Amino acid sequence: MDRNLAHRNRRRALKVAHFLTLFVVMSIICIPGLWIVLNSFRPTVEIMAKPPVWTPSFTLEHYRAMFGGAGEGGVPVFSYFRNSLIVSVVSTAIAILIGMSGGYAFARYRFRGKAGWFVGLMLFRAVPGVALSLPLFIVFARLGIIDTHFGLILAYVAMNVPFTIWLTDGFFRQIPKELHEAAEIDGCTRWQAFWKVEFPVARSGIASAAIFAFLTSWNEFALASQLTRSVGSKTMPVGLLDFTAEFTINWGGMCALAVLMIVPALILTFIVQKHLIAGLTFGGVKG
Amino acid sequence: MTEVTLSNVVKKYGRHQAVHGIDLAIADGEFVVLVGPSGCGKSTTLRMIAGLEAITGGEVSIGGRVVNDLPPRERNISMVFQNYALYPHMTVAENLGFSLKIAKRPEAEIERSVAEAAAILGLDELMERKPAELSGGQRQRVAMGRAIVRQPDVFLFDEPLSNLDAKLRTQMRVEIKKLHQKVGNTIIYVTHDQVEAMTLADRIVLMRDGYIVQVGTPLDLFNQPVDTFVATFIGSPPMNLLAGEVSAPDRITLGEGLAVPVPASARGGLRVGQKVQFGFRADNLMPVGHAVEEAGQKAQLRLTVTLTEPLGTETLLFTEIAGTEVQAKMLNPRPVTPGETFDFELMLDKCHIFDAASGNAIRS
Repeated sequence: MDRNLAHRNRRRALKVAHFLTLFVVMSIICIPGLWIVLNSFRPTVEIMAKPPVWTPSFTLEHYRAMFGGAGEGGVPVFSYFRNSLIVSVVSTAIAILIGMSGGYAFARYRFRGKAGWFVGLMLFRAVPGVALSLPLFIVFARLGIIDTHFGLILAYVAMNVPFTIWLTDGFFRQIPKELHEAAEIDGCTRWQAFWKVEFPVARSGIASAAIFAFLTSWNEFALASQLTRSVGSKTMPVGLLDFTAEFTINWGGMCALAVLMIVPALILTFIVQKHLIAGLTFGGVKG
Repeated sequence: MTEVTLSNVVKKYGRHQAVHGIDLAIADGEFVVLVGPSGCGKSTTLRMIAGLEAITGGEVSIGGRVVNDLPPRERNISMVFQNYALYPHMTVAENLGFSLKIAKRPEAEIERSVAEAAAILGLDELMERKPAELSGGQRQRVAMGRAIVRQPDVFLFDEPLSNLDAKLRTQMRVEIKKLHQKVGNTIIYVTHDQVEAMTLADRIVLMRDGYIVQVGTPLDLFNQPVDTFVATFIGSPPMNLLAGEVSAPDRITLGEGLAVPVPASARGGLRVGQKVQFGFRADNLMPVGHAVEEAGQKAQLRLTVTLTEPLGTETLLFTEIAGTEVQAKMLNPRPVTPGETFDFELMLDKCHIFDAASGNAIRS
């Protein structure tokens, strides 16, 4: 009896500790984001106030200024947004195409030096992007692709391909090879078998790889700040720097632009999250 | 007419040779079962016929056409896989109709064929479900339906029942046999289960280590095994084997003071002093009074039962002859306690003699 009670108490205590830890961790993750959103709607005086003002207030002053003329603290939001969108979408699409082909090859085929190639790709991920920024800058400058969409897309594709290969390899590996064999016997070519059977089955996995690639490109700052200069190619994270002057930082404006950055990413993630969670649809074969 | 012919078919994976030049002719409409322990090359052989494995050497022809270099889709075959390999993103109906859709047949024809196959296998209720919503037996049936819809020349089955539980397996076995009676196509069926092989096959091909050991009807393999491997693989319980020595032209000594006459069938092939394996099935060693009334040469042995396995209509008796455990059978069983002694009759005409060194059967 006593032992049962003790056991139950210990379980209860563990549960409470569990929730507390979770709460603290989630707070650390979420509060800065929440603060950005709150600040974007707050007058500058309140942002700078010490001690901080906790009660939310509401003004669209920063958004109005941001979309306003250059003299009123405006920034070319639409250009930045367009640049970000072009660079992220195109680089994601290319990275997924290459990554998917690579992942499929690693999952399905045997070839010389396979393990070495795979480790090599993963090692490439270990190199911090910033460390490459100077050499990249020099090479891109010589090639004349600095400050272009093309240059940035190229850099992001290189950054994302190893990761998408790694992810899609895992997803394709989980699909039993009998599926494409059955399709081939049913009259498909190898190519048809991939597009009609294996690709749809791995779709959710590929979607999650795409989301990761997109978010990486969308949020990337270090490389973009080196490789872009003008309104024609600056992406939104780089655009945030427009709010810093020599002696002041326009926190309100920065937060407003940050919110504009977060919203599309958030919407996209929500749309695709069903796939992210669902993972692969099993049942076609017995595990 | 769809006969399948394998001539000197070889499969190598690098240095490892999985199939050693096998020859096999399968007649139109025949149900052939490839059976053997795992790693014997039976699945590899089937996959070579299907076109899923490249053929290293030799020739495979289907319906008189050499198919070595044809991709699977041009061989007009269907295959049922061990793990069913249903397309998880399609409904049952879409799974069934997939091959016709790929072949760009008209919608109405697809619907009709799918409905026909569904009727044969009793899938009508399940057409809108996805594979994940089906039980193992239902998935197996869909896999078979998908194979039927194509109206192939040859059906290939790769251990289709080994993922099912025992009861369902027996049931599906019957369905496969009925299916064969109904459609009459050539079927090549791979299994490691000798019971499936015995019950389904017109002809069994027993393989080991990439070689064909024996080809024949189930009863051929059961009654005339070519060696000890076939003798112990086919039949349940496996054949009892006792080590012995030919002590006289018509006598085999099995142990101290125990000798049996040589069965008439083997008398010519033996020489005195030859080491042999003396084989007999449990059915041929029965206690007097609980045995089949049958004429023929018999030997009487007094043996003590060590263990029993009652099966209802018969009971398996475990006993020892010359230090080797053997199984005997008791018809019209009564309760037996371990330690009880019986007079057993050994049906000598049904016994087999194998050479001890090579394992090959000795027949004159």
